[in-house]
Amino acid sequence: MGQFFNNLLQDINAFLWGLAGYSSQEITTLAEDSWIGYLLAAIIQAALLLHVLAAGTVLFTWAERKVCGRIQDRLGPTRVGGKFGWLQSIADGIKLLCKEDLIPDEADSLLFRIAPYLSISASFAALIVLPFSDGWVAQQLNIGAFFILAIMGLEVFGVILAGYASGSKWSLYGAMREAAQVISYEIPLAMCVVVPVLLVGSMNLGTIANYQAGWFTNWLIFHDPFAFATFWIYFTCGIASVNRAPFDLAEAESELVAGFHTEYSGMRWSLLFMAEYGSMFTVSGLGVLLFLGAWYGPLPIFNSWTSGTESWYLAQMANLVGCLNFVLKSSLLVIVMIWVRWTLPRLRIDQVMTMCLKYCVPLSLIGLSGVLLWQLLAIPSLNDLAPARSDLTEHWAEKSSSPFVKDSQEKVDLFDGRNTQ
Amino acid sequence: MLDPTLINNKNIEYDAQTNEMLINMGPQHPSTHGVLRLIIRTDGEIVSEIQPHIGYLHRCAEKIGEHLSARQWIPYTDRMDYLAAMNMNLGWSLTVEKLLDHQVSKKLQHLRLMICELGRIASHLVGMGAYGLDLGTASPFFYAIREREKILDLFEKACGARLTFSYITPGGVMADIPEGWIDECKAFLDYFEPIIKQYHTLLTTNAIFLKRTCNLGILSKEKAIDYGCSGAVLRGSGIDYDLRRDGDPFYTEMYDGYDFEVIVEKEGDYPKDYPYPDVPREAQLGDCWHRFYVRMLEVIQSIKLIRQSFEKYQSIPEPIEKPLKLQQKLPKGEIYLETEAPRGQMGFGLFSEGDPIPWKVRARSSCFCNLSVLPELCRGVYLADIPSIVGSLDIMMGEIDR
Repeated sequence: MGQFFNNLLQDINAFLWGLAGYSSQEITTLAEDSWIGYLLAAIIQAALLLHVLAAGTVLFTWAERKVCGRIQDRLGPTRVGGKFGWLQSIADGIKLLCKEDLIPDEADSLLFRIAPYLSISASFAALIVLPFSDGWVAQQLNIGAFFILAIMGLEVFGVILAGYASGSKWSLYGAMREAAQVISYEIPLAMCVVVPVLLVGSMNLGTIANYQAGWFTNWLIFHDPFAFATFWIYFTCGIASVNRAPFDLAEAESELVAGFHTEYSGMRWSLLFMAEYGSMFTVSGLGVLLFLGAWYGPLPIFNSWTSGTESWYLAQMANLVGCLNFVLKSSLLVIVMIWVRWTLPRLRIDQVMTMCLKYCVPLSLIGLSGVLLWQLLAIPSLNDLAPARSDLTEHWAEKSSSPFVKDSQEKVDLFDGRNTQ
Repeated sequence: MLDPTLINNKNIEYDAQTNEMLINMGPQHPSTHGVLRLIIRTDGEIVSEIQPHIGYLHRCAEKIGEHLSARQWIPYTDRMDYLAAMNMNLGWSLTVEKLLDHQVSKKLQHLRLMICELGRIASHLVGMGAYGLDLGTASPFFYAIREREKILDLFEKACGARLTFSYITPGGVMADIPEGWIDECKAFLDYFEPIIKQYHTLLTTNAIFLKRTCNLGILSKEKAIDYGCSGAVLRGSGIDYDLRRDGDPFYTEMYDGYDFEVIVEKEGDYPKDYPYPDVPREAQLGDCWHRFYVRMLEVIQSIKLIRQSFEKYQSIPEPIEKPLKLQQKLPKGEIYLETEAPRGQMGFGLFSEGDPIPWKVRARSSCFCNLSVLPELCRGVYLADIPSIVGSLDIMMGEIDR
């Protein structure tokens, strides 16, 4: 990504000098991989990802209110910000900012303050390796899938701290429940994540995503029946690991008042809240990346441009469409989570653990071994039905003719290291 | 051996306790149905002992009754079980009427039955919705309230109020129902009856719901009788007893000539006029699921009763009589009458010295007895089962504390 911004700066430079009539050879550009480029990239990426988190929370809160309103035969918010109550979440945010920041006497003040930041940092950090489109990722790690799992596990520390530090018995209950639940569900969740990793042979989320390019039959969920089942186990465990109903035991309002965030108010509470919604998006996004074709739409209209075209600008355009694709698919999964939440009663703690240990773990193991066998015996998968990716690439490469097409040498520079990791 | 000076150290005590924990649930807890306070002794998630504390909604209704005439006390009965105020009004009115030996006309009886059974539906709807809320699903509550609002609209047309009706009063009702009310009521029942199937899909047969309610909080027949339980709690334990059929003749006269069934499990099944779900395998007689299911089926019986009452009410042409005078003198004597309110047997006692103002007034709350089984049922359950059991008892704090 640092290189990307370096290139961008070069492009801008070249464009400006080009206007003045100089040829590209004569242009003095910024040094390759300069630290300024990387710093700039890091700041811009952090700002962008922070906005993903904030805007995601605002939009998903609004969606949750609307969806739950419709499910309950109500309208949901209708007044703030026009007809559909678009600004309801903003209004709530302002309300939360204005609320008194209470720290109970019994609370361990330092830990009580740290907990929300820990939670939100973990939720935020997981976005670092989440690619929104081909190459649109803050840091393309070779172990992206593993990194997300590890970081998402960190979020539970914030919750445990919040529950412990509140000095309330209800909070402590919530924290203990969350600890037991999240740690248990990490196992089947990781098993399910291993399945696409096995199929593709890489933990790099970009590589896994690009493997699914082309028709929707190329998506890993359609690879074989085991992979199909694994996606649903993944989604169930994902709901459990982000504490959404019917697994929202940590904040079970009918039992534990509000669970671990009983004593929180104002902005601190809203940070915990944002962390929850951020993780919801991350889990959904990871599901989309691993199983549902990532940023590739069901039909290969735009996605082949991403790699086929020689035009850098066209490729970015296709990336933008891919990004929309990805966000749309992830949001759909989030809405399914909302839908489930407002339909089902809550499970009891022992039932949640039973479900994990007796059903999810064995089922995910079966899925894993099934996929292994499938690979081992080289059984043809549904993915083979779709036309091969290279054919499509050639097809689109012929078609694309843009005034911005650059010479092949420059193209190699631009895309070097993008998908080769 | 620990250093004795350390034992008194607050931090060590606070951090290293492994014994049982005492938690206070309520009176501001979201799922204790008002202002019930439960002192819970827990070992981790397991509850070892539970003790209900009541009295946070005590409003001296009985004492106030000693300063008001019989009809003036009606609004106070509204505020006892505020979710089924009509049935409370009926209980007190019948008690006063029985003391006066003044049986109201047949037409009025049909009207009262119609109103009270509607009240029963409204009350059971809240019981059903709030139970869903206790188990962590908010949506059934909204569906229930949607239907209840329609009943309240009907009540509003009859008496002008939506919560505290003061409609049924000693000697009659405040005013006859308006023109066209019965048609609206019929339309409501036609709309409502098929909707109950949705509730069964949403809750009664939901796998998670079954997991949370079946085989939990089992109240045996003997215990139910010992503790003086009544209403759906008693019938959920398999005891065939309903005051509408077995009660005081002065009360059951209202239900003469009506065809309805007392909902109670017989040979592993419930009386079925409708194809409603079977008893699941994991459910045991007297558990939370049975108590819930009895309520759900009672709604059907109430609909049946209301449908019958329309014709009977309309077949009597003459207008209904006026209620008793506000300062009606009561004969000397004492009286106690129990009626079948939605939550159980609601008893009113009246001791009169011959004045319009009773010398003593007493109310016997069904929920008080139903709540008293809570320590028995909650021994050794999970913490999360407490809302589940409390919700299945369907208590009403206004009635317990009065």
